[in-house]
Amino acid sequence: MKKYILNFKVVENRHLHELYSLLILSPIDGMLPEVLPGQFVQIAVDNSKTTFLRRPISINYIDRKNGTLWLLIRKAGDGTKAITEKKAGDTINMVLPLGNSFNAPEEATQALLIGGGVGVAPLLYLGEVLKKDGYVPHFLIGARSYKDVLELDEFNNIGQVHVSTEDGSYGEKGLVTAHSILNQKWDKIYCCGPAPMMKAVARKASEMGTDCEVSLENMMACGLGACLCCVEKTVRGNVCVCTEGPVFNIKELTWLD
Amino acid sequence: MARLEVKIGALELKNPVLTASGTFGYGEEFSDFIDLNRLGGFIIKGTTLNHREGNPYPRMAETPSGMLNAVGLQNKGVDYFIQNIYPRIKDVDSQLIVNVSGATIDDYVAVCEKLAPLDRINAIEVNISCPNVKQGGMAFGTTCSGAAEVTKAVRNAYPKTVIVKLSPNVTSIADIAKAVEAEGADAVSLINTLLGMAIDVERQRPCLSTITGGLSGPAVRPVAVRMVWQVAHAVNIPVIGLGGIMDGRDAIEFILAGARAVEVGTANFIDPAVTMKIIDYMNDYCSRHGISDINDIVGLI
Repeated sequence: MKKYILNFKVVENRHLHELYSLLILSPIDGMLPEVLPGQFVQIAVDNSKTTFLRRPISINYIDRKNGTLWLLIRKAGDGTKAITEKKAGDTINMVLPLGNSFNAPEEATQALLIGGGVGVAPLLYLGEVLKKDGYVPHFLIGARSYKDVLELDEFNNIGQVHVSTEDGSYGEKGLVTAHSILNQKWDKIYCCGPAPMMKAVARKASEMGTDCEVSLENMMACGLGACLCCVEKTVRGNVCVCTEGPVFNIKELTWLD
Repeated sequence: MARLEVKIGALELKNPVLTASGTFGYGEEFSDFIDLNRLGGFIIKGTTLNHREGNPYPRMAETPSGMLNAVGLQNKGVDYFIQNIYPRIKDVDSQLIVNVSGATIDDYVAVCEKLAPLDRINAIEVNISCPNVKQGGMAFGTTCSGAAEVTKAVRNAYPKTVIVKLSPNVTSIADIAKAVEAEGADAVSLINTLLGMAIDVERQRPCLSTITGGLSGPAVRPVAVRMVWQVAHAVNIPVIGLGGIMDGRDAIEFILAGARAVEVGTANFIDPAVTMKIIDYMNDYCSRHGISDINDIVGLI
């Protein structure tokens, strides 16, 4: 897929709560490029004194009707914080689309999309693409507390939503791996979230014999496969998460060894 | 339009802009963003005799105006390069230079001998300055005798242009440059990364798996400019300058300090099209200053 360096205009910056922003962006010149679910962008941070590398951010959603691209951003450090301070009308420079994508289930119809915290981001677009292709997406969202459950309405519009909160303030109390929905038979599990959560889900999926893909967020510099900084150890050796990922089938990883 | 052609030994570049080893992959990674044919050349990342897995993750830490890396020369080895990558990139109309690394002198020689017959590769950059490998690499580059020994062996094994890439992690880089010049190097390039370190104070652990790593980016630029100026005054062979070049202004700064050509590294990560902007800037700069040939301002300081 051809990659572009494009300027986008901030159409809206929804401050979801003190830690998260949803940026809705439209390209200033031309059309939105083709984007596959699971791909990411590299954002230039021009308003931070302490950072200078781009920040890799998952593509949350592509709204073809309005020609917008959505990014769900957690203020993790100075770079992401600066991005969330952008206002409607501001310009953001991005390199996109980057990385591989989630793969549709082969013959299955029951897909469970598990997201933790800001890791829910790529699952919204994935869910919609799966739904359009005739699959039935179920979302399992894990969060500390009800206020950390992001984009609940958007997920409800696409599929059936199940929630685990650590404090029990919404859905089932506990971690996603303890949610009762996992007792059902799933043909495919997709997961994106903190590494310990993804590893726990991978273990569970492996025990259940369910095909499982995870999306990694190793620290990156270039996002293009040039610097070799973001490597993950796989059965094929060290590979770049930015080009051979961010999506990996758990069978390729060495997590369960 | 000013004349931007420069010569590095027998190697003719259509302009002084090269890309630094390890920051530009095999060029293909950037072909969606730039016309590779417009580059003076590109330096193919550190290639070793055998496949290397590199260092464990994490290999990178962002620091003020810079980044530390500890990749550890991950590459599939010279045979893989020749069989699988070279055929894909050999038709680019720009000079292809391979950065060569090794743990022993014999390794360097073996890689050079394999590269020598390739028609489209007319120069190598000998890496005696990688701070991220346990053996070889910087070990050769931090003493005059080590640097001379590698240069001599490579010179005998490789008939085309030999560029030796110098480490800044030394007391006198000019002395190292003189040592490699005496053994027949056609040019020197500098600087490789500065040895650095960063600690995650919350986790109370080093940011890199290797604890120390190589610092690059604009943070190192004044050090690099100073070293290029010192080396340019110490040797008669061409100097290639690199270290934190982010734009055309920075590139001109190196040329004024004595660099015949420049390498753009970390900046490629932030703006994959930056090399094209630097070439455009050089043209603008020359016309603004009434310079007809960029060679006229090399080492003006």
